[in-house]
Amino acid sequence: MATVMAERRKAPAVRVPKLAWIPIAIVLVPSLFTLGHISWLSALLLGIPLSLFSLFIPLAAGYVCRFSPSGRDRWWSSALTHLVAALLLSFLWRLIATPFARALSFIPQLYGLDKQFAQDAWIIYFVGCIVYSLSAAFHYVAFAQDAARQVELKAVETSMLARDAELRALRAQINPHFLFNSLNSISALTSVDGARAREMCLLLADFLRLTLGMGEKSVIPFSEELALLEKFLAIEKVRFGERLRMTESIEEGARQCLIPALLLQPLLENAVSHGIASMADGGTIHLEARVQAGRLGIVVENDRDDEAPSRRRNGVGLKNVRSRLEARYGREASLRTEAAEDRFRVSMSLPAEYAETR
Amino acid sequence: MSKAEHRKLRTLVVDDEDLARQVLRELLGAHPEIEVIAECRNGLEAVKAFAEHKPDLLFLDVQMPKLTGFDVLELIGAETPVIFVTAYDEYAMKAFEVHAVDYLLKPVGKERLASALQRVKARPPEKVLAASELAAAARPAGQFAERLVVKDGTRVTLIPVGKLDFAEAQDDYVALASEGKKHLKQQTIASLEAALDPRLFVRIHRSYIVNLERVARIEPYGKESRVAVLASGIKLPVSRAGYARLQTLLEERS
Repeated sequence: MATVMAERRKAPAVRVPKLAWIPIAIVLVPSLFTLGHISWLSALLLGIPLSLFSLFIPLAAGYVCRFSPSGRDRWWSSALTHLVAALLLSFLWRLIATPFARALSFIPQLYGLDKQFAQDAWIIYFVGCIVYSLSAAFHYVAFAQDAARQVELKAVETSMLARDAELRALRAQINPHFLFNSLNSISALTSVDGARAREMCLLLADFLRLTLGMGEKSVIPFSEELALLEKFLAIEKVRFGERLRMTESIEEGARQCLIPALLLQPLLENAVSHGIASMADGGTIHLEARVQAGRLGIVVENDRDDEAPSRRRNGVGLKNVRSRLEARYGREASLRTEAAEDRFRVSMSLPAEYAETR
Repeated sequence: MSKAEHRKLRTLVVDDEDLARQVLRELLGAHPEIEVIAECRNGLEAVKAFAEHKPDLLFLDVQMPKLTGFDVLELIGAETPVIFVTAYDEYAMKAFEVHAVDYLLKPVGKERLASALQRVKARPPEKVLAASELAAAARPAGQFAERLVVKDGTRVTLIPVGKLDFAEAQDDYVALASEGKKHLKQQTIASLEAALDPRLFVRIHRSYIVNLERVARIEPYGKESRVAVLASGIKLPVSRAGYARLQTLLEERS
């Protein structure tokens, strides 16, 4: 049925130019004169005001078109709708025309116009139906153009959003703060512990290589993301030493699940920079992953000090993760954050996908 | 050789990362005129060590637990030269540039450190920088203070802005009223006003800023003036301009 508005797209606007009365008059006046028994003068005096009052026909035609878009209903159902609408509107037009004719017949030269018009009223139906059909055709064309434009706009918008997300993901990977702090740690280690400095260089190189490689893939097995997170935490561990503690509980089945590349890295980075770095005595980051009923659940939890000075980039990483989940899974994925006084917890749930099934 | 070069500069190194302190200590080892008298792992330790040792120079990390480098500067006053150390913080760097404060970027190199020390030694001691202005400049536009730091002797109190009832100007100080107590802080009421979110705090009078959520009602007082009655029963004077600000804010909210 046409009443079910399943389409989420905004309904197209119905527009009728005010000057549309002129072509209507050009059809109506000669029709009254040639098809009926009405003089030129009477046809002009009656036809022009009637045309001015006829704009409701194209307007209503537009709404009927919107109500019954082309290609959705069966053709005869559509045709029937339009036929009924055209007759109904023409009838209304005629109702308006009758008092006009009567009023004009009070002018001596036009005496008897009302009686003549009563005979020729079918011309009003005739012209009304023509006006209606033409308007409907115009509206269908306009709506089709509108829809095409909307699709085009939407496409541009999506591609811009996708590129934006990509750029942000790239920027999140290589947080300058992280990079410079790591280099500072290496520079400190060179004189006191050359071997550890070298080890740190290798860790950093591995981390950068992995992130750069991952940027090209859209999804990776969870185990690969875990390998990257281990590198990341090993580097941060050099910086924070005993202050950074880590516990994890990863279900074997979760390791094979596919997740968007670098989905968790920003969360771990937040956990370190907003959590651990803000605590004088450090804290624990807990990572959890399990598969249940076809869904992959991941939890990142960290200690925090709620009196700590707030850090910048607050929420950028989180927003990024959220929009990437949304872009890939839509409503199939969810992300929730809980901030207690001394803990911060991000939990997400997404469809468990595996390499074989894709 | 002048006298100044013989006197050792007693220096405090403040950073929450062991390795970052280590690298600074090592680099400073090449400068015999510098004597590192203490190292601190966070802002609270720094404020305490400052009161204890009265150092001649501070190396201050910006992002630290408990108190940031800006908080520390606010609490210790501006008489002692400070060199900030940061890894990457565009806002902080901009603030340093604007206020011509010395800063080092991590990883710290020895040439850059030497030139910063040169500048400290050359700088006339009367150079005073307004810490609260520096902190404000380091805040991205549209961001406001989330908490206020106050020092009482060596005790540091953190007041989350949500717990600030009102502030009262007292000469060069502001008295911050929170949870039934008043904390004195050396700051002008104008700079405090600038640091607070204008949607939550209103300057109701030349000498008063009030937390909007604490205001129970406004009562007329005398012929032309009014008082704001807080939920706790405390009455604060409201000037005519303050009343206008209060009204526009309340209108925006409703």
